[in-house]
Amino acid sequence: MLEMNAQSRVIAPAELGNSLRQAGGDPLDRRSRLKFFNSTFKIVCVSAAVFVCLVLFGILILMFRTGVMTFETVSFKEFFFSTNWDPENGHFGALLFIFGTFALTALTLVLAVPIAVLIAVFLAEITPVWLRGTLRPIMDLLVGIPSVVYGYLGLTILIPMLRELTGRDLADGLLAAAIVLAIMVLPTIARISDDAISAVPKKYRDASYALGSTRFQTIFRVVLPAARSGIVYAVILGMARAIGETMAVVMVIGNTPQLADSLFTPTAVLTSNIVMQITSVEFDSTWNYALYLMGFLLLAISLLLIVAVRLLQKKGAKAS
Amino acid sequence: MQATALIEINKLDLFYGAFQALKQVSLEIPQRAITAFIGPSGCGKSTLLRTLNRMNDMIPGARVEGSIEIGGTDIYGGDVHVETLRKKVGMVFQQPNPFPKSIYDNVAYGPRLHGITKRRELDEIVENSLRSAALWNEVKDHLKRSALSLSGGQQQRLCIARALAVGPDVLLMDEATSALDPISTIKIEELAQELKDRYTIVMVTHNMHQAARVSHQTVFFLNGEVVEYSATEKLFSDPSDQRTEDYISGRFG
Amino acid sequence: MLLRKGLPNLSWDFLTGLPSEIEEGGGIGPALFNSFYILFLSLAISIPLGMAAGIYLAEFAPDNRFIAFIRICVEGLSSVPSIIFGLFGISLFVDIFHLDLTILGGAVSLAFLNLPMLTRVTEESLRSVPTELKNASFALGSTHLQTIRTVLIPVALNGIITGICLTAGRAFGESAVIILTAGVTTSGELWDFNLLSPGETLAVHLWYVQSEAIVPDAGDIAQKATAVLIMIVLAINLVFRVPLWMKARRMKG
Repeated sequence: MLEMNAQSRVIAPAELGNSLRQAGGDPLDRRSRLKFFNSTFKIVCVSAAVFVCLVLFGILILMFRTGVMTFETVSFKEFFFSTNWDPENGHFGALLFIFGTFALTALTLVLAVPIAVLIAVFLAEITPVWLRGTLRPIMDLLVGIPSVVYGYLGLTILIPMLRELTGRDLADGLLAAAIVLAIMVLPTIARISDDAISAVPKKYRDASYALGSTRFQTIFRVVLPAARSGIVYAVILGMARAIGETMAVVMVIGNTPQLADSLFTPTAVLTSNIVMQITSVEFDSTWNYALYLMGFLLLAISLLLIVAVRLLQKKGAKAS
Repeated sequence: MQATALIEINKLDLFYGAFQALKQVSLEIPQRAITAFIGPSGCGKSTLLRTLNRMNDMIPGARVEGSIEIGGTDIYGGDVHVETLRKKVGMVFQQPNPFPKSIYDNVAYGPRLHGITKRRELDEIVENSLRSAALWNEVKDHLKRSALSLSGGQQQRLCIARALAVGPDVLLMDEATSALDPISTIKIEELAQELKDRYTIVMVTHNMHQAARVSHQTVFFLNGEVVEYSATEKLFSDPSDQRTEDYISGRFG
Repeated sequence: MLLRKGLPNLSWDFLTGLPSEIEEGGGIGPALFNSFYILFLSLAISIPLGMAAGIYLAEFAPDNRFIAFIRICVEGLSSVPSIIFGLFGISLFVDIFHLDLTILGGAVSLAFLNLPMLTRVTEESLRSVPTELKNASFALGSTHLQTIRTVLIPVALNGIITGICLTAGRAFGESAVIILTAGVTTSGELWDFNLLSPGETLAVHLWYVQSEAIVPDAGDIAQKATAVLIMIVLAINLVFRVPLWMKARRMKG
């Protein structure tokens, strides 16, 4: 308690002082109540944060524990290096799915990154302000469109188109999935790159123009290199999204457990295989364990990507 | 010195981590008068001001040694309730910082925090505070408007009204006019003159003329130390330390 | 780009007869209901948790290893593919709690999926609130909780709501999690609040109809379901933001 009230209140504004004192009630009681709420609230917040961590570890442990049981019946070598996936007959070679996932992701990025970066450059450097004001929200909305919808569009528009173009009966496969995924991750990559490019300080540009370079030269020699770490960050996020995407892929890739030897062979990836088979297997079967192991693989890959992003950010923070 | 000392600072040291921002500061601040802190930037004057209502508590690594007594109570003592201290020692900041709420809600914010909910009481406090801050006549017809629609000078007076609304005894002004135009600055200075009859005012200013114009007592800081403090007239006309003389005659800072 | 923007528009026109469709055999009523029900449940779980965690990270967290660790966890969790949450949901609810595929399982799994996004959005929005406002509130003698509740959250609300909308939109369209945890069937009743019923949502229905079902008019249903889905996602994004825009404009004016 402060003792100063009594002596300093000699000519304090009377009404103000009175009204405060009356409404304060028993100040000690109110204070301890506030203090109690304050500390309780803090505890609630800490527990919530810890809970988030628990969820992550819960997932990791559960996936790992279930996944590892695969190796009771299947050899390590078979799971990772065999392409023979025939669970009914006890063959659990997951290589084809792993290969499918990596091939699909690579192909997606090859398609999406150049276009996304061009869109970002266009948005950040060339577009007039009013157009930028409308395009950016549209991109944001595109990010929010459900993946099933992309899959559905791929199934009903893209695949018939591909069929016509190639003259095949079946167009499901890597290419179709990659195109759908590319369209999906395009807005994500473009928006984050756009932010990175916009964040490049104006002085770099001014310096470049002052030296007599053209707009084209400025963009490709100065702005893009300066925004490089931001763009790489965008690409990795897009990659994480592509690897983990399930529904859009399921609808167009064909879902056949065979190794993709061409762009139009129906095949399968880790995610699509899990979602197609998990609901129809017994919980205590090797088949199920194998699916969990595949899930764990996915999890590990995406966590590794995040670690990569963090390292990159750290490096970026040091450089600037 | 006409009044008794309200605040007594005794051998105060303040550290930010390894850096010592205040060294052995001792001074007395008289009641119901204006005390000005002057000195070059980085000399510790704002830091000292912020120890008076313990706003430095929130800076990680800040550590205080020595004592500050307000009315005989050490405010860094364990039994002090920080929220009440801040209620009794109000603060106005360098940049006007009204909340993005209406003018009324800005002033009523503090009283509401401290448990006043009755509409009539709030109305009264808001009006009195705005009157004390010489803002009432300008805003009384649109109290519901956003505080951000006011001019910079009005915003700063609103912040003063907001600080007065919780019924403080001491008012700290941290370069409260440095972001304002000359006319608004004069208004705030006049306001401080009126308020000093009811409040103990401590102001930090980078403007020596302001200190000379409005304050009764002036404290000159250099490198975290108090070089000299005395009645304003004496400090400016007959400084006893060479460094003070150099500073007020404009040789550095 | 144009193609994808054009298509929803095209099916909008196509969709004028939708309401009468719902009660018929090929309707989407139960799926639509489940969508909202699961979305509501999952948000009811994840918003308080996510916001509390975000507030902790932005406000209470000291800068140490423990926090760095929590931050990595949040980021890691946000990068986990949605299908993994589905697997997690199955083993949690079906294997450990011995429930079937239920609305409850779907909602909880979906809540976990939303959690990191909400945490990050809250943290970022709170961090973007200017420190001056925070200081002003503390200087008036408010406790930390009061400052968070009356200044930080109202000021950050715009960002938080936008984040919640994005999350809700994503959760509404999420299907992989739901297929695994809530199943691809409904209980066949329109207003089924039973938490333990199977709960196919609209997004799942779209997939199911298009790839598994043998109804003759599957294409038709799918097209309509798509349009409904997109419209709702857009609506979630727009409806919640309009009042905020208006409020922001009023506060500036």
